[in-house]
Amino acid sequence: MPGQTEAARRLELRWLGLLPFAVFSVLFLILPTLYIVIGAFQTPQGGFTFQNILDLNTPSIRSAYWVSIKVSFASALLGCLIGFAMAAAITIGGLPKRIREPLLTFSGVASNFAGVPLAFAFIATIGPAGLITLQLKSELGINLRAMGWNLLSTPGLVITYLFFQIPLMILIITPALDGLKKEWREAAAILGASGRQYWIMVGLPILFPSLLGTLALLFANAFGAVATAIALTGPSLNIAPILLYAQIRGDVLGNPHLGYALAFGMIVITGIANAIYIRLRARSERWLK
Amino acid sequence: MSKVWAWGALIFGVVYFMLPLIGMTEFSLSMRRGVYSFDAYAAVLADPQFQATFAYSVVMALATIIFGILLVVPTAYWVRLKMPEARPYVEFITLLPLVIPAIVVVFGYIRLYNTSSWLPLTGSVMGTNILLMFGYAMLSLPYMYRSIDTGLRTIDIATLTEAAMSLGAGWVTILARVILPNVLASVLSGAFLTFAIVIGEFTIAALLDRPAFGPYMQILGANRAYEPAALAVIAFGITWACMGLIGLVSRFSRYTQVKR
Amino acid sequence: MAFLEIENLQKTFGDLRVVRDFNLNVEQGEFISFLGPSGCGKTTTLRMVAGFETPTAGSIRIGGKDVVNVKPNQRNIGMVFQSYALFPNLTVAQNVTFGLKVAGRDKATIDTRLKEMLTMIGLPDLGERYPFQLSGGQQQRVALARALAPAPQVLLLDEPLSALDAQIRVSLRSEIRAIQQKLGITTVYVTHDQEEALSMSDRIVVMHRGIADQIGTPVEIYNHPATRFVANFVGTLNQIEATVADPERGVVEVAGQSLALERKLSHPKGASVALAFRPQALHMGKGEGEIPVRGRISEVQFLGAVIRLKVDVGEASISLDAFNRAGAELPVTGSELTLSIAPSDILVLGD
Repeated sequence: MPGQTEAARRLELRWLGLLPFAVFSVLFLILPTLYIVIGAFQTPQGGFTFQNILDLNTPSIRSAYWVSIKVSFASALLGCLIGFAMAAAITIGGLPKRIREPLLTFSGVASNFAGVPLAFAFIATIGPAGLITLQLKSELGINLRAMGWNLLSTPGLVITYLFFQIPLMILIITPALDGLKKEWREAAAILGASGRQYWIMVGLPILFPSLLGTLALLFANAFGAVATAIALTGPSLNIAPILLYAQIRGDVLGNPHLGYALAFGMIVITGIANAIYIRLRARSERWLK
Repeated sequence: MSKVWAWGALIFGVVYFMLPLIGMTEFSLSMRRGVYSFDAYAAVLADPQFQATFAYSVVMALATIIFGILLVVPTAYWVRLKMPEARPYVEFITLLPLVIPAIVVVFGYIRLYNTSSWLPLTGSVMGTNILLMFGYAMLSLPYMYRSIDTGLRTIDIATLTEAAMSLGAGWVTILARVILPNVLASVLSGAFLTFAIVIGEFTIAALLDRPAFGPYMQILGANRAYEPAALAVIAFGITWACMGLIGLVSRFSRYTQVKR
Repeated sequence: MAFLEIENLQKTFGDLRVVRDFNLNVEQGEFISFLGPSGCGKTTTLRMVAGFETPTAGSIRIGGKDVVNVKPNQRNIGMVFQSYALFPNLTVAQNVTFGLKVAGRDKATIDTRLKEMLTMIGLPDLGERYPFQLSGGQQQRVALARALAPAPQVLLLDEPLSALDAQIRVSLRSEIRAIQQKLGITTVYVTHDQEEALSMSDRIVVMHRGIADQIGTPVEIYNHPATRFVANFVGTLNQIEATVADPERGVVEVAGQSLALERKLSHPKGASVALAFRPQALHMGKGEGEIPVRGRISEVQFLGAVIRLKVDVGEASISLDAFNRAGAELPVTGSELTLSIAPSDILVLGD
């Protein structure tokens, strides 16, 4: 059948248009990731094993993951709460309209101001010789250091991460808040609901998927952050990305396949967080379409 | 009354964001004891290492942008025009770099493309540079694709393509002379965002051992006091400029867009 | 005393006077429509009744009680919105019972009422669906049930059908009217669609630039429009410019023809006025006691049951519809003919 082969050839030609993209993403995204994932389940001889995953259960690796999860979760949760409050202030809070655009523009800048320079900014501010640290000491006689404050710690990391977490939350949740129709509020009011009842029965439930989804996204965002942590604390802080960084540079775990397992664990955690985000976002879009 | 909490939240946020910016600016000006000066900036700008690494990162960023445009514009165009059924898959792949931490992917690069592999990219300086550029392209893929795809949605590419074909244009001409100019604003948005990401990127460059701006800043931060603050101010300025340019092109394109 | 009394109602936004000196008394159980083009102040007036806008001046009394300072959630009013405004996170049943729940009714009452309401709107089995699973028409029915479930004293509908397809619009129109009459609920209905207003209402308020131009039954509004605006806005209307020749005897001149309207005119001799009449008030040929008008046919459209003619009378072009009776000959374009109209069907509209 000449007609069929013709159609088949055209189909192949259509696929050919995607070839460059396919080659690129396979070579520089999918294969490297698969290499790590497969390596996590291999013995040095190449056989299949779960031993590498089980070997992650050492006090040092366990604590690295645990501290990472704590820092990521704390910065995600605080970022969500503060970002939500600020986004609510500029959308439904009745503040002057001209505040909105500058804040959103600034959020775009701040959410991209991560990595090494961000760490420098916080060292210069609340580091041992930072602006606030010195001012508090000389003007008010408050010695942060004596009170146990240390920027190079998990709370310090959380405060620093908030600088990109809050703006990201603002950028994501502002459209969701804009999506709350005025009519819902009015419909609830005319049906006899108080402002409180509206928020409990309608407003917050509608926002809930977006809020929870963004929490997951911010968690993944903080979990994979390497540069800020390294520039802030050097190799001293034991969190998963820094441990993996050290492992890649010098095999500090003494077992390459354990390194793959460590990286695999990170993919699993950020993968779950992103899956939650995508699922919840789909639900809220279905409601609000 | 009810506005109190709104002002409270806003002021809290503004204070939180202003303090580090003020802190780093103040610190960057305090190199000379007792007076404000630009000494830290002078020291940084005069440092040959700074000049070399910054230039290296700018070149890498430009190369990444060019490669990204050449890769993403035809792909996004082709998917919209001929292969809408492939759309979910392509979109999913473009979002993967947000899901998989960059450090994991670069870990894979190092193992996959080492000197003894079938494609020994890390074996030579040029090869490593190319690998780094691919890494950056991977990192910026979600932003580039989203931006260009949004741009393509606002124009009728099927009609434009048919019109150009009826005038005898080939695929390359169509893409370069018809499609690209029409989505220029979104391409530029993606390009500026890519620039902002690449210029200070640390993880991939450090692990591939390339003399880029990000690792330079980290090393300087470990050894100096005031210069890092000056670098932070410069980096913040670059990020701000990139975002400002994105705002500018999108506003400009709104005026040039034909109303339908 | 009327059930809903609106007196001297005013609303200004900055310099813009959106509603000025609006007066209306609505009887218990009456269906009133606010009809007018967009921006005429009809929605603003409705929103003041609901309590979403505060009047600049004037009073609104429901059942004798002034509600201007009462919050929306204390007014016991039901409202249906143009965009349905169903709560997307709640099922149909949860939406319908929302008002009962916030009022703290017991579960048995709520369940009975829910069943009643869903049966009333003809969707007894869709209680577990979410709004996004419903069609537009179904959503608006649910919105109606939600508004009626707490048994409000007044029902407000803000262009409830304008987001729907033409076909559903017509069927839902009669359904809403039937439910309203069954429950005997006092209803205010805002629309810009004259057909809707004419077919559903007990009385219509035609609004224009913040003022109620005319308040009357559909028949009054249609047959005796009080102002040029009402005449133009409601129904299709022919208008011819004319000059008053003799105000005492009611003679006007149109394109060289004298027409006797058989009534006194308040306009002075020589004044230019507009004569307005409905297309269906005209017919071909001469009639007893009617005014003959000579004209030339400029266009004939055969529409099946109806033949639509365009006739030039001097400079003016008027249209009329004639029924297509079997055996009747089709008029020819370019031919002269005489039309007649009863003097009482001609409205004289000043400037």
